[in-house]
Amino acid sequence: MAIVERPTAPLELTTGEPAVSRPLGGFTRPQATTGWKSWLTTVDHKRIGVMYGAAALFFFFLGGVEAVLIRLQLAAPGQKLYSADLYNQLFTMHGVTMIFLVVIPLGAAFMNYLMPLQIGARDVAFPRLNAFSFWCFLGGGLMLNTSWFLGGGADGGWFAYAPNTGVTFSPSHGMDFYALGLQLTGIASLVGAINLVVTVLNLRAPGMTLMKMPVFTWMGFVTQLLLVFALPVISVALFLLTFDRLFDANFFNVSEGADPLLWEHLFWIFGHPEVYILILPAFGVVSEIIPVFSRKPIFGYPFMVFSGIAIGFMGWGVWAHHMFASGMGPLSVAAFSLSTMFIAVPTGVKILNWLATMWGGKLTFSTPMLFAVGLVTMFTIGGLSGVTHAVAPSDTQQTDTYYIVAHFHYVIFGGALLGFLGGLYFWWPKVFGYTLSDKLGKWHFWTILIGFNLTFGPMHILGLQGMPRRMHTYVEGYGFDFWNLVSTIGVFVITVSMLIFAANILKSWRGHRVDPVDPGPDPWDARSLEWMVQSPVPAHNFDEVPTVSHLDEFWHRKYQENDQGKLVRVATGAEVAQAGDPTGVHLPSPSYWPLVMAIGLPVIGYGLIFNLGLAALGGLIVVIAGFGWGYEPADDPEAHHGPHDHDGHDDGHDGAEAELDEASGNGDETPAAEAEPAGVASGSPTASASDEKASSDD
Amino acid sequence: MTETATAPQIEDPVLHDKGVVSHQTSTGVSNEKLAMWVFLGSDCLLFGGLISTYLLLRHRVPPGHGPTPSHQFFDIPFTSVSSFVLLFSSLTMALAVGAIHRGDLRRCRTFLMTTALLGSVFIAGQVYEFTAFVKEGLGYTTNIFGSAFYTLTGFHGVHVSVGIIFLLSLVVMSLRGKLSGDKAETVEIFGLYWHFVDVVWILIFTIVYLIP
Repeated sequence: MAIVERPTAPLELTTGEPAVSRPLGGFTRPQATTGWKSWLTTVDHKRIGVMYGAAALFFFFLGGVEAVLIRLQLAAPGQKLYSADLYNQLFTMHGVTMIFLVVIPLGAAFMNYLMPLQIGARDVAFPRLNAFSFWCFLGGGLMLNTSWFLGGGADGGWFAYAPNTGVTFSPSHGMDFYALGLQLTGIASLVGAINLVVTVLNLRAPGMTLMKMPVFTWMGFVTQLLLVFALPVISVALFLLTFDRLFDANFFNVSEGADPLLWEHLFWIFGHPEVYILILPAFGVVSEIIPVFSRKPIFGYPFMVFSGIAIGFMGWGVWAHHMFASGMGPLSVAAFSLSTMFIAVPTGVKILNWLATMWGGKLTFSTPMLFAVGLVTMFTIGGLSGVTHAVAPSDTQQTDTYYIVAHFHYVIFGGALLGFLGGLYFWWPKVFGYTLSDKLGKWHFWTILIGFNLTFGPMHILGLQGMPRRMHTYVEGYGFDFWNLVSTIGVFVITVSMLIFAANILKSWRGHRVDPVDPGPDPWDARSLEWMVQSPVPAHNFDEVPTVSHLDEFWHRKYQENDQGKLVRVATGAEVAQAGDPTGVHLPSPSYWPLVMAIGLPVIGYGLIFNLGLAALGGLIVVIAGFGWGYEPADDPEAHHGPHDHDGHDDGHDGAEAELDEASGNGDETPAAEAEPAGVASGSPTASASDEKASSDD
Repeated sequence: MTETATAPQIEDPVLHDKGVVSHQTSTGVSNEKLAMWVFLGSDCLLFGGLISTYLLLRHRVPPGHGPTPSHQFFDIPFTSVSSFVLLFSSLTMALAVGAIHRGDLRRCRTFLMTTALLGSVFIAGQVYEFTAFVKEGLGYTTNIFGSAFYTLTGFHGVHVSVGIIFLLSLVVMSLRGKLSGDKAETVEIFGLYWHFVDVVWILIFTIVYLIP
């Protein structure tokens, strides 16, 4: 099927006319670079990053609505707004959405957009795989949420402890959607992680050694490595659950001798690294923001890097602190107590380094800085309550109470989310070419800070008073009433705050349309390479890949030592920044295949649940897409080529182009190997290297 | 990682002049090969999870709930032969990589075909074995041992099958002249995958069949 003929040699076009290329007799190679269609076929890491961010904010809205519904039910004792069953679905879907469909993809948005820029690359190593991971994530997320209309959402908690998730106790299709939807987002994250790991290792600009990479890129790199090794474990767990539910396997069937702790171990071996997958990118974001607004380099750069790596390693040895109440024995409990206390050390190092960066700095409290400081303070509170969980006797008391809920919201909301919101304000001008209003931004920050503490602060007290989590209501007279009401008021303050954020985006965008104010390439007098290109970033990133000789390379091009050894400004950011001239740069061509393959996967998912014939159809789509992808040259040999003048551009930055060509080259094994017996390993059989190097617009 | 930190990153002018720039990366390893290594690292954890699951569950079958793992149940001579066939395919794979490095496409193709054939023999053996076990009363849903056994060996079988499809695709590519020059590394990268799958089988064979 795959071997439909296409010209074996690149077409020698001498006229410059766009030729129609049908690699499989299927699609015409997409050509558009503007309009909504171009977003469907794009392989540009920046556009993919923006789509990750937009999708994450959409799911944040869904998860937020679920949160409000939960708090409405709990506003007063004895309420019966919904059944216990619906309540179970609400808190399960809230947790799953916020973790897998909001915080992970928000991190992915920043990492996709920024990591190639910060290391001086033109794109990621495998641009089409990058597109595939976004579409696959979106498909998984949407599939998960369609469960609301197909018999009810998942109802076993985001942790989905066996045997509650078996067909006996959860007869709706909700948990099937959970298992298959998360499997898809897992594939998406795995593919994306492999891609970014290779990108960071292989596509660094000349001179950009690992210890000259910005802290954000470092934290992103550690995150991606955690994903690479954590995701297969949850994949196994989800496979076992799927086989149990759909094919009557016995993995969690206690009457057949199963051990429900198997699920807990598999889940938390993934689940605890997952916690660091959520927080490390946000740590990276504030590590970029704080130096800029303190006008000092990051304090103790190597310590920042190595503490991040240490967290990455130690994160694998603490999972069973989620299971102190499971009766796994005193030795394990003692060991995991100790390791959990130890992992607080590298985290503490980070917090102290941020403080030391601010210490003695010229602080400016613009919105990004406020959010960054918000992360440092709120995460510290969450971190401290985390240390109390390391004390096993105390944790046994707190297990399954609201104290736990308070803790993880302080680290995930107060930590990760505040950091990412700060990052949005910080990089918004770089991405969209206009700055968000600082005044509304400050309103956003203070309202969210107050709302957040109103919502989750009282949960500490409720938990210590013994209020169990996951209960759809509570009885009057236990002292829970007042703090629950406060918490519900808090969630509305957060809602108002996020509406202010939406208004800010809308207002700033409108203001920009009416009266464009160019923020310039470097609105904050920042330090790393992404500020060395125009805002918004041109499609090709760098006109010429910079040669790096310092940590904070961009800053060192603006400031140099004078005769007295004092650092003085020698150039403005605008002077140092590149002009954004795409001459001589050839970019990877857009493609339909990632989208097609990503559409096939949810079809398989629905098919497994409802009709195996449908699953076969989905499998067919994936296989066709795999072969189409494999036989499609990564770089369209016919795209935008004029007369061949390969030697015309062989100046300094050819190496980087070659990297990019290589990057977009043939190694698309992974989705095929991972997802399906899909296709030819190594794609792109045509398109000789020299042909690919021709200019994009001559 | 520390080695790469100190590795020189500056372009090699000699390579650049020869137009061999396409293999220049910060680490010196091509993107595709590095991606394969990272993927295989990830796959280790997949099999790690499946093998742990099997080890935990295999002896937990309640009395009277069907077959349990034992040397009487497994046909060890048969599986040993099919394991040997699979391991032998690693040799032919290595020969294929050697051939493509010498630029001997014909021989490479022959060895790739041989590898695919040996892999198929292994899969055929697995299908036969599964059928025999079902006849002996061990279905997928019979008991916890059945579920764990078929899932673990099944995942490995899927890996081998995907490998066979890749092998055949490589053969087709080489027939159409698309496996020469700088694409030769594709064979080597696929070889990594194939060897990995074989190594995993050594583990599975030992743990599932040999250790009672």
